[in-house]
Amino acid sequence: MREIRYREALREAMIEEMEKDANVFLMGEEVGHYQGAYKVTEGMLEKFGPERVIDTPIAEAGFAGIGVGAAMVGLRPIVEFMTWNFSAIAFDQILNNAAKIRQMSGGQFSCPIVFRGPNASARQVGSQHSHAMEHFYATVPGLKVVAPAFPADAKGLMKAAIRDNNPVLVMESETLYSVKGQVPDDQDAIELGKANVVRPGKDVTLVAYSRMTHVALDAANALAKDGIEAEVVDLRSLRPLDEETIVKSVWKTHRCVIVHEGFPYGGVGAEVADRVQRLAFDSLDAPVLRVATLDVPMPYNAKLEQACLPQAERVIAAAKRVVSRGKA
Amino acid sequence: MADSNVLERLYRQMLLIRRLEEEAARAYAQGKIGGFLHLYIGQEAVGVGAIAALQPDDYVVTTYRDHGIAIAKGMSPRAMMAELYGKVTGCSKGLGGSMHMFDAEHNMLGGHGIIGAHIPLAAGAAFASKYRKDKRVTLCFFGDGAASIQGFHEGISLAALWKLPIVFVCENNEYSMGTPLSRTISVDDISKKAAGYGIPGWQFRGEDFEEVHAQIGKAVAQARETSMPSLLEVRTYRYRGHSMSDPGKYRTPEEVEEHKKKDPIAIGKQKLVAAGYDEAKLKGIAESVEAEVADAIRFAEESPEPELSLLEPTTYDGPFAS
Repeated sequence: MREIRYREALREAMIEEMEKDANVFLMGEEVGHYQGAYKVTEGMLEKFGPERVIDTPIAEAGFAGIGVGAAMVGLRPIVEFMTWNFSAIAFDQILNNAAKIRQMSGGQFSCPIVFRGPNASARQVGSQHSHAMEHFYATVPGLKVVAPAFPADAKGLMKAAIRDNNPVLVMESETLYSVKGQVPDDQDAIELGKANVVRPGKDVTLVAYSRMTHVALDAANALAKDGIEAEVVDLRSLRPLDEETIVKSVWKTHRCVIVHEGFPYGGVGAEVADRVQRLAFDSLDAPVLRVATLDVPMPYNAKLEQACLPQAERVIAAAKRVVSRGKA
Repeated sequence: MADSNVLERLYRQMLLIRRLEEEAARAYAQGKIGGFLHLYIGQEAVGVGAIAALQPDDYVVTTYRDHGIAIAKGMSPRAMMAELYGKVTGCSKGLGGSMHMFDAEHNMLGGHGIIGAHIPLAAGAAFASKYRKDKRVTLCFFGDGAASIQGFHEGISLAALWKLPIVFVCENNEYSMGTPLSRTISVDDISKKAAGYGIPGWQFRGEDFEEVHAQIGKAVAQARETSMPSLLEVRTYRYRGHSMSDPGKYRTPEEVEEHKKKDPIAIGKQKLVAAGYDEAKLKGIAESVEAEVADAIRFAEESPEPELSLLEPTTYDGPFAS
């Protein structure tokens, strides 16, 4: 067991998989000579050379499409978006090519590709650079989407993503890159589609992923001081979604609050809420609540930005609402 | 090319494509084929001449006007027609339809429905060839309408930057759906854009498959030997509308008739006559084509439809992810 940072965990996963399989290569803006805009790919150019660690021009649609074509004929590209915000430029490549090639070709061609990069808010980067893009992609059949919160999961899920024969989108976070965590020396791939109960509890289930798992844990610790034991389910994977683990927790706690960045309208929280009400209806003692980013473009001003993002205080308030309703 | 066996093979291929599509149009009118149907009629010499310049291992990627290209790349008429009928015996098991002719065995990487989005994808196949040093070449077809969209620029720009073994072939049929070139683009020759990417580019006419073969052959050799991509514009013309739903009212009957005088199949026939083919021999070719077309139609009509159970395994490799 070692303590490493989230960015190092991602890097280790990529390096280990590239050492194992010559078909795996990395491409993106500033991944090579610059050593990565967020230093995730630091040292990889020196290790693998310019044929496998490829700096691209600013052409997201172009290099995403090149990745898809290369994947169709047997390579296993890792395509980095400097941030997922810029994946909007390549949305058509992901939506219409990566996700659909297999079905359109009657299963003749697969698309074993990883798209990765930091997602959701950073710090005061304004509305165009703060998008939580995961729900746009998680709605699309043909894609898989993961959003790890801890270094060990980042490493394990990245390895699984690279080995998967389908397009897998890895949603990282600029605000998590420096977070440290224990990672086993032999951390292997973690099966996609498996959530993790990161804090046991009996009074309310908090469902979260990526940075919001840390916010949910902060909220749970504060709630414990008031005698409320929250169970925190870290989804890790958004598609496939581990409804079994979510529902099992709700059967135990009878209450559910979903915490995520991104707009509330039709987001991942709405999807989880749908499954909870369908699969655990008789167990629920309160409506399922969502704590999401406020329904406005992200403002630049630091105070307003923090007010828009889900904070522990809002999670605590939502948890108390469902708990008190259940007991009334 | 001159070898009369080759001439006959390519002439027959053009005739086969023409007749398959004429029958597809008929089946469409009868409601047996749904969705979109973009016909290649009038443009056959481009696909046939170009693909004749390739090796079987080479990759081809094209737009939704893809039936002729797929046949030229080796797809069976049965697989093509059954796909149009939406049958499970179709090249894409009836899940793709007219616009998505894929054939892994023949390195036919589709049939794509979004204008220009397949151009980076084609560059990706060429990227893989360079990465693996397998000496394959990718031929990427698109229409004049694609020259205005992002995928055209980013795909060609990256292929030029990284010197990928690919030939970009713009099949300029003069209309971007119903809008003439003069109202969609600022140059009269799309191959001029090659200069901006620092790659070779040139223009030629596409009615004579031998000419197409020779011109594309030069570009393919450059791509294979020196990994130099190129951007070619082939002037061509489609006799039918953009798709079956387009009556083509934006052009005059005289204009269409004028182009039919340079029909690629008639030109091919003249070549065979010049090579000593008599009426009986030409009739023999036509009859064998008719038999193959009839067989493809019968096969498509009699084939079963795909089952619902096909959808999950074709969406994901491995367990379905929901």
